[in-house]
Amino acid sequence: MSLFQYRLSELHNMLHSGQVSVSELTEESLAAVARVDGDVHAFLTLDEEGARAAARALDDKLASGASRGLLFGVPAGIKDNIVTKGLRTTCASRFLDNYQPIYDATVAAKLRQADAVTIGKLNMDEFAMGGSNENSAYGAVRNPWDLERVPGGSSGGSAAAVAAGEVFFALGSDTGGSIRQPASYCGVVGLKPTYGLVSRYGLVAFASSLDQIGPLTRTVEDSAYVLQAIAGYDALDSTSAKVDIPDYLSALTGDIKGLRIAVPKEYVGEGVDASVRETVLSALKVLEELGAVWEEVSLPHTEYAVATYYLLASSEASSNLARFDGVRYGVRVDEGGGLADLYHNSRSRGFGPEVKRRIMLGTYALSSGYYDAYYLKAQKVRTLIKRDFDEVFKKYDVVIGPTAPTTAFKLGSQTEDPLTMYLNDILTIPVNLAGIPAVSIPCGFAEGLPVGLQIIGKEFDESTVLRVAHAYEQHTDYHKQRPQL
Amino acid sequence: MPSSKYETVIGLEVHVELHTKSKIFCGCSTEFGAPPNTHTCPVCLGHPGVLPVLNRQAVEYAMKAAMALNCTIGDVSKFDRKNYFYPDLPKAYQISQFDQPIGLNGWIDIEVNGETKRIGITRLHLEEDASKLTHVDGGFGTLVDFNRGGTPLIEIVSEPDLRSPEEARAYLEKMRAIMQYCDVSDVKMEEGSMRCDANISLRPIGQEEFGIRAELKNMNSFRGVQRGLEYEEFRQADILDGGGEVVQETRRWDDAQGKTFAMRGKEEAHDYRYFPDPDLVVLHIDDAWREAIRSSIPELPDARRVRYSEEFGLPAYDAGVITASKPLADFFEGALNFTGDAKAVANWIMGDLLAYLNSNNLELSQVKITPQGLGEMIGLIAKGTISSKIAKTVFKEMLETGKLPAQIVEEKGLVQISDEGAIKGIVEAVVGANPQSVEDYKAGKQKAIGFLVGQVMKESKGKANPGLVNKLLTEVLNS
Amino acid sequence: MSITIKDVQHVARLARLQLGPEEEAVLTEQMNAILQYAEKLNELDTEGVQPTTHVLHVSNVMREDVVKESLSLEDALLNAPEEEDGQFKVPAVME
Repeated sequence: MSLFQYRLSELHNMLHSGQVSVSELTEESLAAVARVDGDVHAFLTLDEEGARAAARALDDKLASGASRGLLFGVPAGIKDNIVTKGLRTTCASRFLDNYQPIYDATVAAKLRQADAVTIGKLNMDEFAMGGSNENSAYGAVRNPWDLERVPGGSSGGSAAAVAAGEVFFALGSDTGGSIRQPASYCGVVGLKPTYGLVSRYGLVAFASSLDQIGPLTRTVEDSAYVLQAIAGYDALDSTSAKVDIPDYLSALTGDIKGLRIAVPKEYVGEGVDASVRETVLSALKVLEELGAVWEEVSLPHTEYAVATYYLLASSEASSNLARFDGVRYGVRVDEGGGLADLYHNSRSRGFGPEVKRRIMLGTYALSSGYYDAYYLKAQKVRTLIKRDFDEVFKKYDVVIGPTAPTTAFKLGSQTEDPLTMYLNDILTIPVNLAGIPAVSIPCGFAEGLPVGLQIIGKEFDESTVLRVAHAYEQHTDYHKQRPQL
Repeated sequence: MPSSKYETVIGLEVHVELHTKSKIFCGCSTEFGAPPNTHTCPVCLGHPGVLPVLNRQAVEYAMKAAMALNCTIGDVSKFDRKNYFYPDLPKAYQISQFDQPIGLNGWIDIEVNGETKRIGITRLHLEEDASKLTHVDGGFGTLVDFNRGGTPLIEIVSEPDLRSPEEARAYLEKMRAIMQYCDVSDVKMEEGSMRCDANISLRPIGQEEFGIRAELKNMNSFRGVQRGLEYEEFRQADILDGGGEVVQETRRWDDAQGKTFAMRGKEEAHDYRYFPDPDLVVLHIDDAWREAIRSSIPELPDARRVRYSEEFGLPAYDAGVITASKPLADFFEGALNFTGDAKAVANWIMGDLLAYLNSNNLELSQVKITPQGLGEMIGLIAKGTISSKIAKTVFKEMLETGKLPAQIVEEKGLVQISDEGAIKGIVEAVVGANPQSVEDYKAGKQKAIGFLVGQVMKESKGKANPGLVNKLLTEVLNS
Repeated sequence: MSITIKDVQHVARLARLQLGPEEEAVLTEQMNAILQYAEKLNELDTEGVQPTTHVLHVSNVMREDVVKESLSLEDALLNAPEEEDGQFKVPAVME
């Protein structure tokens, strides 16, 4: 039985009473990686030496009685698009195969300040572009529930590592669903905070106006702990919000009596698997039993979200990824043909097909003569999508629906047509466009595969989102079920 | 102009580096001349994951400069990305401003041939400077130093209102003066803290439509700008005279050869794909902020020039020359704390001081003379303690040592002889030794007296009071 | 609007990507499919709608003009593919 079956608060009691040491927790993690990662392939870089050293230092700290950080002693994995000083960071791209960061992302520094133990860097879709992890240059992550299936993406390594018990928690990033969708596929808790709540400094940008870092954990309580540790204003990120950070743990009261839930008809209609729909409706029954009320509403611009997202995200990405030019870091392919050839060759060999496709799309959408038709138009539709949510939140506390239209699909089954793949994100993308928080929690199984329930809240109202998720979790045991590996 | 058939149309794009302490989007120093890449950080090296944070001082300098150029400061300003690949641009985009710059629709007045002309300013925007490239290996390799990358820069685009290279130069000199007065930049063309590109075209006189223009780059001095544009006027007129068509292209001024050369055409036309930078938030500029900046703008050169004429009675020309440089104008006003004779101060500045600076290629800050020194020296002349001639020696000494005139006069024994008896003795001796001149004088040749005065001054080693010498000599000769 | 292989080649040059003939063909097809899908947005009347660049309601985020310590030269050049005399080296800029 894994030590990671316990919640963080339980582990802290065990550490305090001497039942377990930080080194033992770290060894548990490293042993799990050794045992299952050959199959799961969640890790890109393992820092055994660094993790063991950090664990020893924390055990000393424990013995000394010095004050302990919020995430004291627990092994963590970090998505490989979050830079970690001195620890190779690749974004799962060939381009950054040899990249040694010279600074720490703000969240990486915060994890250290909170006394977490970083085990290593987690696999993902290259530059976070994808929803299946098949776009990793280092090979796809496998879903721990069924190794023939994808773990989702782009934070597939983060979700799989938590599901497989390789780490206690992981950090991921979410641009169009990249935390929630893999959390849903892998049966873990994945939270995308409000845009601006967690610093993006050190997150390798995909789409700057949409990207947010968030935790992947086994339980909602643990999610609240990690969020508490990483949230907050950062002077290094101009888009970081100056808001008071509430005590997220105290929000987990279990009480949702009178809670008003909106269920968008667009989220449970056509295109959503019947089994997923049924599972979500059962979950709503549980919430009803707990005293919440739900009604069907409409978010009329939902059908435009995917097109809006792909234009905006690709446009921003085309510019964000221009810095990968082979001049200062990363792969350089110089065949003596001068600078123009160096640029072309380095980028063409460094980037995979999906990354190139999005750079091409974004470059086109921003190019002279098309800006108004594509980029500006998409920004205006984004306003309409955000207004849909504003309207609904005038009357309701949360919006609930499935996280993804299906459960995890088979590897290789959807790679042919990019557009179909993009449509998998239809239920998560509107949330990023509106900048609001949402969590995916396990809410049952369909044919043995986890189904995720998405709970969407008002901006900076993570407390309510977590409170609802926690209340639900207390009355179900889906989160306790673990894949057999 | 080779032919009077054409009218020249010039518009200038001036880049001015703002002298903030730190870069525009990170905390690295902007100090000039540090070893390569020692003023860099993950942000200005464009590492993955970094984010820009705007320097308030850079925004305020830009607002100040825009106001001094009579621009309108909008309520909202934002930053956009200008995308292109170049090794001096680490993110492969420059953070600049596209459709909502800091300043719009300004103007400045220039004076050419005694006439004042108003030149429109289209816009002033804030952006980050590129890094420095050095070519090595006989042109096969390039080295990149990112120290300069990220220095705040303002780009000031003029309307195509300039009609001659001379006007362009006057515009540029006025621009420098205004930036210097506002204290937002070092504005040194030689160090690159002020740079200028020009668009120039010719059109037949009377034609309204502009001709095809060339863009001129690499003019690294005021003289270079004027010469480059003059060359280009000739070149384009020559083409037009021959019935040809000017090619729209970018041309490089080669100062040593005195010619412009077409730069090799880029592979494809630029498409900068401007879009709002999602890493930065908008600037809302309210009246309180605008007024705070406006009140920090000192008296500008035009206002000072008018004041110098009105308050001190300086001729317009003198006032123009002195106010064209803030250090010079400050020196002028400083000297007036020690003497009331503004015209004398102006004469010394425009004469001996500027001559010395120009012939030795020095800045005012590089010589030691103080405003107090000049003011007191003028006082010594007025009191008759030293002659104007001796003053030139004193002035030179002050330039080199910074000592006050009284000390120099004392140390070198330069006090003027105003003792009538002593001078009369020399006068009588000179008259006695030069009978021919005395005869000439008496025969009505007034010029002869000049020679005799010179002799007296020579005998007194220049120290005799010239007024007394004249008076006594006339007395002796007429007695 | 439909894009041609020539458009794809032009965009690839802007993005500094070297594409093989097959990649160009595939991308032309895929980009057309995606852009055709994006035409959907034209069903919406967005006259008078403000574009959203940011969902955040923040403005005037600025830092004070204070110099911070820079990197050591060693760190600055740590990832440099090629360096010379404390500088990053690239082949000549061909204009």
